[in-house]
Amino acid sequence: MAHDTTEKIRSHAEHEFLKKKRSAEMRHQLTSFAIMIFLTLIAFTMVAAGFSTYLIVPIILLLAAVQVVLQLYHFMHLSNKGHGTVAFFMFSGMFVAFITILALVTIVWW
Amino acid sequence: MSSLAQKKGFGAVIWDYLTTVDHKKIAILYLISGGFFFLVGGLEAMMIRIQLMKAGNDFLSAGLYNEIITMHGTTMIFLAAMPLLLAFMNAVMPLQIGARDVAFPFLNSLGFWLFFFGGIFLNLSWFMGGAPDAGWTNYASLALASEGHGIDFYSLGLTISGFGTLIAGINFLVTIINMRAPGMTYMRMPLFTWTTFVASALILLAFPPLTIGLFFMVFDRLFGANFFVVEMGGNTIIWEHLFWIFGHPEVYILVLPAFGIFSEIFAIFSRKRLFGYTALVFATILIGFYGFMVWAHHMFTVGLGPTANAVFALATMIIAVPTGIKIFSWLLTIWGGSISFTVPMVYAVAFIPSFVAGGVTGVMQAMAPLDYQLHDSYFIVAHFHYVIVGGVVLAILAGTHLYWPKMFGTMLSEKLGMITFWFFFIGFHLTFFIQHFLGLLGMPRRVYTFGADQGWDLFNMISSVGALFMAIGVLVMLVNVVLTTVKNVRVGNDPWGDGRTLEWAIPSPPPFYNFAQTPLVRGLDTYWIEKMEGNKEGMVYAEPLGDVHMPNGSIIPLIMSFGMFVAAFGALYFLDDSKPWALAVLIIGLGITFGSMLVRSLKDDLGFHITKEELIEDAKRGGNTDGLK
Repeated sequence: MAHDTTEKIRSHAEHEFLKKKRSAEMRHQLTSFAIMIFLTLIAFTMVAAGFSTYLIVPIILLLAAVQVVLQLYHFMHLSNKGHGTVAFFMFSGMFVAFITILALVTIVWW
Repeated sequence: MSSLAQKKGFGAVIWDYLTTVDHKKIAILYLISGGFFFLVGGLEAMMIRIQLMKAGNDFLSAGLYNEIITMHGTTMIFLAAMPLLLAFMNAVMPLQIGARDVAFPFLNSLGFWLFFFGGIFLNLSWFMGGAPDAGWTNYASLALASEGHGIDFYSLGLTISGFGTLIAGINFLVTIINMRAPGMTYMRMPLFTWTTFVASALILLAFPPLTIGLFFMVFDRLFGANFFVVEMGGNTIIWEHLFWIFGHPEVYILVLPAFGIFSEIFAIFSRKRLFGYTALVFATILIGFYGFMVWAHHMFTVGLGPTANAVFALATMIIAVPTGIKIFSWLLTIWGGSISFTVPMVYAVAFIPSFVAGGVTGVMQAMAPLDYQLHDSYFIVAHFHYVIVGGVVLAILAGTHLYWPKMFGTMLSEKLGMITFWFFFIGFHLTFFIQHFLGLLGMPRRVYTFGADQGWDLFNMISSVGALFMAIGVLVMLVNVVLTTVKNVRVGNDPWGDGRTLEWAIPSPPPFYNFAQTPLVRGLDTYWIEKMEGNKEGMVYAEPLGDVHMPNGSIIPLIMSFGMFVAAFGALYFLDDSKPWALAVLIIGLGITFGSMLVRSLKDDLGFHITKEELIEDAKRGGNTDGLK
């Protein structure tokens, strides 16, 4: 059967290496998960504490940006090898969109 | 099954071109249709210059003049310059990276036919009640007030051909990212491939704003929406923003491939490696980014306020830096080289001062206070013609001479080429240099005539004479093409003798599978390296000779695009009470498009294989079969 032929016997060293790599990855994911929850807490606390909107809005947007990057790298495997071009294009596109929206928001409706 | 060449009748050749998915044949289709629209746009330009030849001329009426300037700009940018550059990208880029075709051959064909039908639709406006007349920028307040269906032809036609361009851009991106031959790292890619790459990325990011703008325009005019209608709470300035968010990168979409063609020419005919290759690549990418940060410099006089004007003025001036890096790299490539002044090289050398002149007036206009003086005057007309003609059109003419042997297997006459060059070059400067001064003397652009007491007579006359020179140049070029095709003297792999990149290592024109064996790339200027090491075959191979998998041709892209063409007529007449059939036409057109998409999705088309034996047999016959079945 097809799935039998693809099975490979790993050496002990390989096995250890993969195990180590996977646990490191798991650790990263849990860490960033914790950070994300913490970021969310900050956001909620700020609103609950009743700070000025001019402070809250930019900080929440900043936290959102951090969270997007964390998600992309730790959950969506952008950090893996061979994703350089993808990352470059994603960030170029985001940059262009950001500049455009920023400019439109500030000069058209200001 | 023989997939190799046989002599076939005229009908079979036509059918082959209608169904082809081969990037080299699609390149020829782009070249022919782009060339056709170039002639149409040129004819319109001649009519403009005849009208402005003397004061108070009545060769054209005011309304017709508006239609002609609009169609001249739109045709030249969207239907001539871009397709002609896409022709070279299609013909050369896959060969330069050692690929057998682009990533999506079917989409390549679809992109062409969408562009083609969009262009035809736009030009049909001449025969169906009047062409668009709100300028190629089609500013909303003017466009919404325009009577008749001209503007609708503009927005629907450009929507369709815009789809085609977007598809082509995405296709090239995927091709360059995924299909480079082994060893062809990013920093070993020829500069024309690099500029194709960056220009395609710009297409990907810049065309959506245009599509949105056109979509709003279509809905405002044809379906009763109010995006740009100020009385109903819309905002007419948003069109300008959307148009220029697209429009400025569009300039770089045109000029970057032109830079790429000239980079190849400088290296080949100076017999030197490009000076500052890394800097050239870096500058290309940087120009790509800056292209998105400067669009409001087209709108300084709109009243965005001093802060916005200052920011965009500064951003605009910064672009001079990477462009300057490029100019100096080219100069230093020529410096100390063993130069041969062939026709492409002469164009390239002439390009540098012409383009720099256009760049310098660009920086002048980047100063917002000065732009208040120059805006909407002939100074602007002179500036952008220096950039587009002095940069892009010279590159297209140079590229035609440089790549003609690779595309058709014959050499254009050098002698006639030189005649074309001198007529065109002198005519170009005669026409547009003097327009700077017309602008400074206060002549506004887009006026259909002027008075004898305004002191513009002599300069306009000189400008018109220059246009005649350019027309003669182009006609000589056509004669050149015809004579070369009739004589049909075949040339070998490397007709210029100094080719540096992979496309010159294979026969002219290349066999339809391009490379029997995928080449192994050992550095920048692959073919040059192999030549210098005495490798008679011109390349080393990355794989043994084996079966080659090729895609089948298909008529579906043409039908799919034709469906859009039909649907556009339905949308055009949607609001006309006298044409109740419009809705039916719209539905039928979309039905054809979606039906052919469905057929494409349900029918498995796995392509075919060229066997090893066929490849060997083909190599014996010179290896330049075109795959006609």
